Amino acid sequence: MSSTFDTVANIIAETCDIPRDTITPESHAIDDLGIDSLDFLDIAFAIDKAFGIKLPLEQWTQEVNDGKATTEQYFVLKNLCAQIDELVAAKTA
Amino acid sequence: MVDRVVAIDPALKTIHCKGLVPHESSIFEGHFPGYPIMPGVLLVEAMAQTTGWLVLARNRFDKMPFLATVKEAKLRTFVVPGQNLDLFSEILHEGSGFVVAKTHTSLDGKPICSAELTFRVLPWPEGRMKTTVLQVAQEVAFPVGDYVDA
Repeated sequence: MSSTFDTVANIIAETCDIPRDTITPESHAIDDLGIDSLDFLDIAFAIDKAFGIKLPLEQWTQEVNDGKATTEQYFVLKNLCAQIDELVAAKTA
Repeated sequence: MVDRVVAIDPALKTIHCKGLVPHESSIFEGHFPGYPIMPGVLLVEAMAQTTGWLVLARNRFDKMPFLATVKEAKLRTFVVPGQNLDLFSEILHEGSGFVVAKTHTSLDGKPICSAELTFRVLPWPEGRMKTTVLQVAQEVAFPVGDYVDA
């Protein structure tokens, strides 16, 4: 079974036509991979489907805009994957 | 471009609308001279508006859908003035702040066009917009009372 990171990295590579080997857990989706908000909708759709969850993008955006969180907390891939794992765990709990 | 909302599924996953292609329009003067056909982008717009009514209903008119992505658009045949189109849409996924829908148009049961559309779903950018949309909703027989809190 592939890891959360592998699944997310494959989704990003396929959705945004980014070479898979350039995507690492440390990559920042926006700053390093150049993913814009429109592409991120496609990624969120694919992640939601793959994991059976609903990424709380509105909440995250609000927190970043309000200065309560940084983009790194949600858009560095290892952190994004940790958030996904939490959402999956909450769903199955 | 949507003339009438025919039906919305009670679970709010599907919608059926009708849209009459006008017999006369300045659009047809250039598209094309002597051979009027409905521009494909306007067919996509009609499907987007159909989906928009469904998304508005699901959000009880608290938020507005804005078209963000058009995928897999297929325009299968010419549409000419006077044709009365059946417009259908089905929500595939509701994310946080976005919706993905599958939509298609038919004429007398024959497929005309189809696409997968993504919308951003955002708070109303300004109040007059919602007022106007609610007015249009009445005009297209949208069951406003079922989806807007008094």
